[in-house]
Amino acid sequence: MKRVFIRGNVAIAEASLVAGLKFYAGYPITPTSDIMEYLHLKLPRYGGLAVQFEDEIASINAIIGASWAGAKSMTATSGPGFSLMLEGLSLAHITETPIVVVYVMRTGPATGVPTRSGQADILQARFGAHGDYITPIYAPSSVQEAFDLTIKAFNTAEKLRTPVILLSDAVIAHLWENMIFRDRDEVEIIERKRPNTDPSNYLPYKPEDDGVAPMAEFGKGYHILVESLTHDERGYYVPTTEVQRRMIERITKKILLHIDYVYEQKTYLTDDADYIIVSYGSSSRTAKSVVNDLRARGVKIGLLDIKTLWPLNEYAIKKVCESCTRIFVLENNIGKFVWDIQRIVRDIDVIPVSIIDLDLPDPDEALKVIEKWL
Amino acid sequence: MAIEALTLKAPLHPLDKYLRLTRIPTLWCPGCGLGVLLGCLLRAINRRVEEEVLKRDNLVFVTGIGCSARTTFYVDFDGAHTLHGRAIAFASGAKLANPDLELIVIGGDGDIAAIGGNHLIHAARKNMDMFVIMNTNFIYAMTGGQLAPTTPLKVITTTTPYGNPERPLDVIKLLSVFEINYLARGSTTHPHILENYFYKALGLKGFRFVEVVSTCPEIFGRHMGIRDAIQLYNELKKRIIFKPKPKPEESMISWEKGIIIGEFMINNYESFIELIKKTTYGIEN
Repeated sequence: MKRVFIRGNVAIAEASLVAGLKFYAGYPITPTSDIMEYLHLKLPRYGGLAVQFEDEIASINAIIGASWAGAKSMTATSGPGFSLMLEGLSLAHITETPIVVVYVMRTGPATGVPTRSGQADILQARFGAHGDYITPIYAPSSVQEAFDLTIKAFNTAEKLRTPVILLSDAVIAHLWENMIFRDRDEVEIIERKRPNTDPSNYLPYKPEDDGVAPMAEFGKGYHILVESLTHDERGYYVPTTEVQRRMIERITKKILLHIDYVYEQKTYLTDDADYIIVSYGSSSRTAKSVVNDLRARGVKIGLLDIKTLWPLNEYAIKKVCESCTRIFVLENNIGKFVWDIQRIVRDIDVIPVSIIDLDLPDPDEALKVIEKWL
Repeated sequence: MAIEALTLKAPLHPLDKYLRLTRIPTLWCPGCGLGVLLGCLLRAINRRVEEEVLKRDNLVFVTGIGCSARTTFYVDFDGAHTLHGRAIAFASGAKLANPDLELIVIGGDGDIAAIGGNHLIHAARKNMDMFVIMNTNFIYAMTGGQLAPTTPLKVITTTTPYGNPERPLDVIKLLSVFEINYLARGSTTHPHILENYFYKALGLKGFRFVEVVSTCPEIFGRHMGIRDAIQLYNELKKRIIFKPKPKPEESMISWEKGIIIGEFMINNYESFIELIKKTTYGIEN
């Protein structure tokens, strides 16, 4: 354990090394490239390898292949690159392949402002790929959280045999902060379950009691079938409603069974709050500052800071919000997460505070909106 | 049922050990060249395994989408039936994460050279350690007969109803600029030669590529007015010209002038894995 002063993207890269990353594939893109540069330099010293590919499509497919060859694998990108990766993400879901995709959001649509921030892509990260699935998504709002949640992302991917997204943004990427660095023996590191049966009895998609199937790797005699078609427990293509239902249930239920592990939120001054601001990622820094300003004026207001943007623990959110009179959802987009809160907390007013800003939403601007509703 | 009982209890063929017999018969149409291709490949693999050049359990088949991509789930090796066009990318990751594996990518010309063309070019440029087999049947067969990058000029397909205005791709000429370690073209009409190319490629390092000119009587044959499997086979066979050392300049596929098969390139350049070991880890081979 040591105190270090680093920026968000480096915290992500360092955390991936602690988590046991062995293969990185990526394509340069602002504001993410320094993760890749850092890993190209450092990963070989940890017995791993970073390779630059011809595009993001190749990158995500390469890390899926590497994961089946036994390596903890990751890629990192931003909006335009993530759009290209969506089909690959879908492949990772149907084949139940643990991978980590670091998504550092920038301003869009299209090329937008590549160097600046935004939170417009939270629903794309959640639902952008085709098919039914649940992608766990973590959103850090500090450099420390960028570090901690990257390790959590790897652990979730390995524990649940699923792709996981670490959804950061350009503000956190370039933010320098003090943080506590914890090494491999100071944090929990989860490795994927391996089969303990002999190859002739191994079914690559047959879940155990925890909902997760053990994962064999290439080259060990298991003769695995990694199958992109709808498949049964053997990996055989079966185009029937029954098998489709069973497969979708398998890949979604294993996430929901472990919602208490997957889901994280933080609260700040919510116990006696009449008003609550719900926020996430870099915007929750703005929200915290608004809470502090209003508390100084005697307003009982608190912050619900969501760390897991998907799937949500609706019970946990409701519990924090149930005794307040009004909720604000502060985010740097046209108002997207607000739909979730309106859906979950139906009997309390939920006010969107949607502030589009190339940096953090300005606290004064947010305060002006919120003040009107106090 | 009868066929299943027969094949499961008493293997009829020495190559049955490499097949997932529960998944046979294949979906390939009568007269399709893919069965010949697979037979040649399994015989070549068998030779390399018996020579102990290859370990069976280290072989990984990676395919994209299409008729030829189905090969993965008919064979009893580690395998991945992945996305359309992405087999080379997937295979690259697997190989780089575990260099002991031997990656075999099989795909149609659409899968490998159209939607997957960018990955093909860059894997070749890097001399990426893998063996890629491209089955050229001149058509998108699984989706019902649309234009492929290899479809000859003027041919009527479902997406070129007035005749194909696009000049076809010569993948041999394309790859010849990358100085890869093995580049050959075979034909399913000449299986012994084809098997030998597969056998050779499986003994080399770096990027190895074999184009297999093949027959698709059901879809391409229909467009050409030669739907009879034997007739299409004979029409293709008539046009095949074997040359021991052809030049890439003569590789253009022409239904009028003939189709040259042969080994266009055999090299022993350092492979991508060897270059990574040298540059990144300081290990001399």
